[in-house]
Amino acid sequence: MTAGARHEAPLLKTPFHPRTAVLNQAKQWGRWAGYATVACFTELAHEYFAIRHAATLFDVSPMKKYRISGTDAERYLNRLLTRDVRKLRTDRVAYAVWCNDDGKVLDDGTVFRLGEKEVLLMAQERHLAWLQDSAFGYDATIEDVSEAIAGLALQGPLSCTVLKAMELDGIAQLKPFGIARFDLSGTPLTVSRTGYTGDLGYELWTEPDKALELWDRLMAAGALYRLTPIGSRALDLARIEAGFIQANVDFIAADHSVRMTRQRSPFELGLDWMVDFDKGHFVGRRALLRERETGPRYRLVGLDIEGSKPAAGALVYYGRARQVGLVTSAAWSPTAKRNIALATLQAPFADKTDGLWAEIYVNKELKWEKTAARCRIVTRPFFDPPRRRATPAPDF
Amino acid sequence: MKTHDVIVIGAGHNGLTAAAYLARAGLDVLVLERNPYIGGAAVSRELYPGFTYSNCSYVSSLMRPEIMRDLDLPRYGLQITPFRGGLTMTRDGDYIASYRDRDMHRREIARHSPRDAESYDRYSAAVMRQCRFIRPMLLETPPDPTSLLPRDLRGLWRIGRAFRDLGPAGMYETIRFWTMSMADFLDQYFENDLVKAHFTGSSIIGTGLGPRSPGSAYVMLHHHMGEVDGTIGAWGYARGGMGAISRSLAGALEAAGGAIRTDAPVARVIVRKRRVAGVALEDGEEISARAVVSGMDFRRTVLQAMEPGDLPAGLVKAARNFKIRGSSGKLNIALDGMPTFRGVPADCPALAGDLHVTETIEEFERAYDDWKNGRWSRRPYVDLMIPSLTDPTMTPPGKHYMSIFVQYVPPELADGPWTSEKRDAFGRTVIDMLSEYSPDLKDLILHMEVRTPRELEEEVGLTEGNIFQGELTLDQLMFNRPAPGYAQYRLPVRGMYMCGSSTHPGGGVMGAPGANAAREIIADLRAGKRA
Ligand SMILES: Cc1cc2nc3c(=O)[nH]c(=O)nc-3n(C[C@H](O)[C@H](O)[C@H](O)COP(=O)(O)OP(=O)(O)OC[C@H]3O[C@@H](n4cnc5c(N)ncnc54)[C@H](O)[C@@H]3O)c2cc1C
Repeated sequence: MTAGARHEAPLLKTPFHPRTAVLNQAKQWGRWAGYATVACFTELAHEYFAIRHAATLFDVSPMKKYRISGTDAERYLNRLLTRDVRKLRTDRVAYAVWCNDDGKVLDDGTVFRLGEKEVLLMAQERHLAWLQDSAFGYDATIEDVSEAIAGLALQGPLSCTVLKAMELDGIAQLKPFGIARFDLSGTPLTVSRTGYTGDLGYELWTEPDKALELWDRLMAAGALYRLTPIGSRALDLARIEAGFIQANVDFIAADHSVRMTRQRSPFELGLDWMVDFDKGHFVGRRALLRERETGPRYRLVGLDIEGSKPAAGALVYYGRARQVGLVTSAAWSPTAKRNIALATLQAPFADKTDGLWAEIYVNKELKWEKTAARCRIVTRPFFDPPRRRATPAPDF
Repeated sequence: MKTHDVIVIGAGHNGLTAAAYLARAGLDVLVLERNPYIGGAAVSRELYPGFTYSNCSYVSSLMRPEIMRDLDLPRYGLQITPFRGGLTMTRDGDYIASYRDRDMHRREIARHSPRDAESYDRYSAAVMRQCRFIRPMLLETPPDPTSLLPRDLRGLWRIGRAFRDLGPAGMYETIRFWTMSMADFLDQYFENDLVKAHFTGSSIIGTGLGPRSPGSAYVMLHHHMGEVDGTIGAWGYARGGMGAISRSLAGALEAAGGAIRTDAPVARVIVRKRRVAGVALEDGEEISARAVVSGMDFRRTVLQAMEPGDLPAGLVKAARNFKIRGSSGKLNIALDGMPTFRGVPADCPALAGDLHVTETIEEFERAYDDWKNGRWSRRPYVDLMIPSLTDPTMTPPGKHYMSIFVQYVPPELADGPWTSEKRDAFGRTVIDMLSEYSPDLKDLILHMEVRTPRELEEEVGLTEGNIFQGELTLDQLMFNRPAPGYAQYRLPVRGMYMCGSSTHPGGGVMGAPGANAAREIIADLRAGKRA
């Protein structure tokens, strides 16, 4: 942050701002971790479809990035996270959650293993205090390097084609969750095959003063491939289709919650597969072991809802009268052609094959109509194209 | 010999839709297709290396979302991407564009007529009222107004109630709308010739009507009652071309255990003791089935595949009189690069939509006159699109695919039958006209497929090349489609059905006829009737 910015503007500019500001015709901005980020450049539909159809660029620079280094980096993280970090090899990325002592989720994020003693943890929310407090007794240094790394998400079926046009050698061979390193006129460029869209895609990381060069080179390489800058609204639709949960949307980060009953465990968020009891001690383990015995109170599920009206915020009923849950994210999925939602249900109702209804209110020319729409619990992701996992990555 | 539950004649998208529903209901289904490829008029083929054409239909809106969902078509590769806007170019180098953004659109109309710009919202509300009225009927079997069966009475009551809900003014408006000409309808809202012409095209696509012919307003509605993801009236591209829709249907069919045989032309339906026994292929092979459903048009089904002696004379007569006039042609062009258009900025988002050059209703009528006189229009109406601006899978990078739908092209010419020379001359007429607007177009052409009604009939099996398998006029819609008394997908031979666009709700890549027919067949087979 530059000194002058302290009081001048509530929102900071990302390293890509000089480009995104010019392209933002719709003048829709959002805020993310203190930065102004584009909500929509032109039209939501245009941007959304570019994700599923061509290739898109999204500025992920505001992502919080913590560098964890030291001889105990691995041990430290293995205690912090619920999954086994020892299995994460260098130049691989893993999705992860971490909990407080009560086994309630603080956040989810991605872990980039850059080396034996160096790991990057990326998250939507701020965690420096927790991360540093947890480092007591370990040879691990935690730094907030958020401002030192500019990032772009390049997502969509043509994303690999764009990188090939940028002459990133061997990029098609990069496996999902792999990391590859390139050179951007003398500066390191790190590319990971990761993203938030559930499609074929990459994230590109470099130093902020190289941000504009990276942007320009991508846009030039993508000119023939309909490479489209997108805002957060289009991305949000894609992430719901991918079935990804978001902190403070689909669950409340445990350390932000005022009402303790709102806190959720990994089991309650449907992240059972990320909890590894065999790896030894980790924060929240005892509480989670107990919960494994007693069972979770809630379950986060994917819903396929009848009709086409998005069920955002809808209450979910079992039968006509019994309220059993809440929809936290919802959309008509233009790609899956279904009315999809993420919802938290009371645990006993999360395996019902019948009898679940979402109460949806629709404003029809100033007349509110209430409909009870039948819900079916379905597996996520709602849309799962084979290209997402294919190696070598396909051309389109 | 094995007896299938159902044989479907023709792997057009409606035949495939019907087959997929039938297979999912647990029936043993075999689809027989004459061509070496599937899709009928919803087809994509590579005729020039690296380029995929949507050889017939080229844009999607009518395909019912309920069907995509029921059959899980996205799982089998269906992706529809809506396109942005469209424009009509003028000879003096100007244009009128449509934009998705409401205010941009209004300002653009205002450039030509400030008054009409303000009238646009009234016009769209009127169209939307008609859409609301008709859309619930699309996936319903048309009730027979002469019948007293409970299901017919229920259906009629539903329509009656929807009609009453329109209110007195809306009821008058609706009755007039269904028989009105597009020109008269537009006159109620607009005064500027170019504005009117810009909105006229969809009222004459595929028909033997001009914009001043009664009934043309409905044809416009037929093009507006679809949707993309809930946006009514929006159109989109199927990723990979329109054939991707047929391929996804085939995927759903095969996943449900159904089978498709290509290169299997059906010569006739075998009828024994007044009930269907199967079909005979052109090479003599006989395949037996409890039921046969024809995806071919009404004329072909009744007059070619069936024996007149097996059917009532009145029905045979109705099939002979079925209005199925061809009026359209199609050019598919592989381009070496993006052509420019005089006066239109290269970054105009409307270029990704439908492009036109007909400036006045008068010009539409003159083009129509040529058709009546047995000639292709000297200045035809074109619906020109460049799908590759949106869909990257259609061409190599930097190259483009241009799809040109052309109206009017007669099925027979005054000076004798179509020949390949006349077809090429027709193609030249279109390209010469367009070169006035796009001077570099000709030089960019790498390959061109030209289709007249003759090719559409021979290659797709559409009688006279009629794109809708029969004219969309009120006398041939709803309970009159394809003929009074035969609108519920059954023919009067036990086990014989129809599911093509000749049946309700008609033409377009919609799937509704196929889905409706399947529902009737399943009900009959379950009831043990007709089988
Ligand atoms: C040039 C053109 C452009 C169009 N543009 C659009 C558009 O952009 N959007 C839109 O929604 N609609 C469009 N349409 C209309 C739409 O494509 C058709 O109405 C629709 O595809 C018809 O589908 P169907 O399944 O009813 O019949 P068809 O597609 O006609 O299918 C019939 C099938 O039966 C097969 N067949 C015929 N005879 C036999 C036999 N004896 N044995 C076995 N098989 C046989 C045929 O080969 C064919 O596959 C267009 C049509 C044309 C021709």
